[in-house]
Amino acid sequence: MKYALLIYEKPGALDGVGEEERSSMYGEYLALAEDSRCLEGAQLQPVTTATTVRVQNGSTLTTDGPFADTKEVFGGYYVFEAGNLDEALELAGRIPAARYGGAVEVRPVVER
Amino acid sequence: MGFLGDFELAEDATQDAFAIAAERWPRDGVPTNPAGWLVATARNRAIDRIRRARTLAEKTRLLDVPEAAEDEMNDSDQSPIADERLELIFTCCHPALATDGQVALTLRALGGLSTEEIARAFLVSEETMKRRLSRAKAKIKATNIPFSVPSDHFLPDRLQAVLAVIYLIYNEGYGGRVDLEGEAIRLGRVLVELMPDEPEVYGLVALMMLPHARREARFSGEDLVLLADQDRSLWDAEEIAQARELLDRALALRGRGPYVIQAAIASLQTQEEIDWPQVAALYAQLSQLTGSPVVELNRAVAIAEAGSPEQALALVDQLDLEGYRYLHSTRGELLRRLGRGDEAREAYGRALELTSSEPERRFLRRRIDEL
Repeated sequence: MKYALLIYEKPGALDGVGEEERSSMYGEYLALAEDSRCLEGAQLQPVTTATTVRVQNGSTLTTDGPFADTKEVFGGYYVFEAGNLDEALELAGRIPAARYGGAVEVRPVVER
Repeated sequence: MGFLGDFELAEDATQDAFAIAAERWPRDGVPTNPAGWLVATARNRAIDRIRRARTLAEKTRLLDVPEAAEDEMNDSDQSPIADERLELIFTCCHPALATDGQVALTLRALGGLSTEEIARAFLVSEETMKRRLSRAKAKIKATNIPFSVPSDHFLPDRLQAVLAVIYLIYNEGYGGRVDLEGEAIRLGRVLVELMPDEPEVYGLVALMMLPHARREARFSGEDLVLLADQDRSLWDAEEIAQARELLDRALALRGRGPYVIQAAIASLQTQEEIDWPQVAALYAQLSQLTGSPVVELNRAVAIAEAGSPEQALALVDQLDLEGYRYLHSTRGELLRRLGRGDEAREAYGRALELTSSEPERRFLRRRIDEL
């Protein structure tokens, strides 16, 4: 089954985190991407680069900023092929954002 | 259920098996291992149904069913039943499910209670309970929650989740026609059988059995009876003895977790002469593990009972539990013992404002009158 792992980061979580630690974190993200079960993944650019589009009554509304003004910010995702939910949860637990004040949402992908 | 992978199919098959048992056993006599026979029969009936429903297989996610011949009923084979139940418990209590779904599913699948009985026990309509159950089952299917005992990596946390569900059933079920405390204890004992090396499981069951053994003595008519005033002849001595045995096994397994400690405290409190300093020491350990101010409150009570009400009051006054009625009733009692009547009256009054339980209100009013 395909599971999407949606990564939410706590803003400022990496303030004061040294080069070595950041480098090690990056290594973890890379390792997950290189896992044979990983089908795709992407890191998004910072939330300051976000633009939101809505269409209401035929007119398009374009605004600066992310969709929702939440504390945690959507920062990237993976899609894994896993045998069951526990396998997907184990992978999600390895994502560094989860232990730096963020969270990972795990949801099955609709397969057509 | 693991054999079949589709919850509803498994339930239907099991009901069929019971129907056959009702027919056959009176005629043929009860098999040596009736539970095992039921599983074997359920599997066979399920295989029949699956063969008929093959064309629907794409829509429903059935696990691969081996093209085996009919299971031979093996009278002496205990293990299939044991394995299925443990996997079932962990599946029902999976943290991906909403807590109310975990509780409902556990009582339905392991407790064998009807949806109506569970609804009554938790004071909701049958429709509401049906929906909770369907949501939980739907999520198991949609997200492919595995039917298995969790790997070592997950096991400690997942076992905690199972214990929490069982304890919730024990504490929060209203009961009605069903003895939910008894049901929780029964579930706990099944878990003890299936996980004989886990001290916290023994601890939880002992912890549930001890107050349960005193249930006949807890009330005098409609009035609350304090532990110290209870008629011990109404206590179930056999249940207390069994609980103590379970606690001993937990301690022998070097259990020092929160359920074991609470059970040890409960056990000490059923002695003729309560060793209050020992109880206070155990609460101190529990406090370290949980960081809970309610535990600290209980520790204060033990300290007072051990002979130091001033020390107890000092401790209580540090706690941040303003909205907790037992904080105020405890303060009331301590102030009463220290001869500070006016302050005691005020504290009891605060407790009275915070409780809606009639037996508790009556008790508090009596205390106020006695001052």
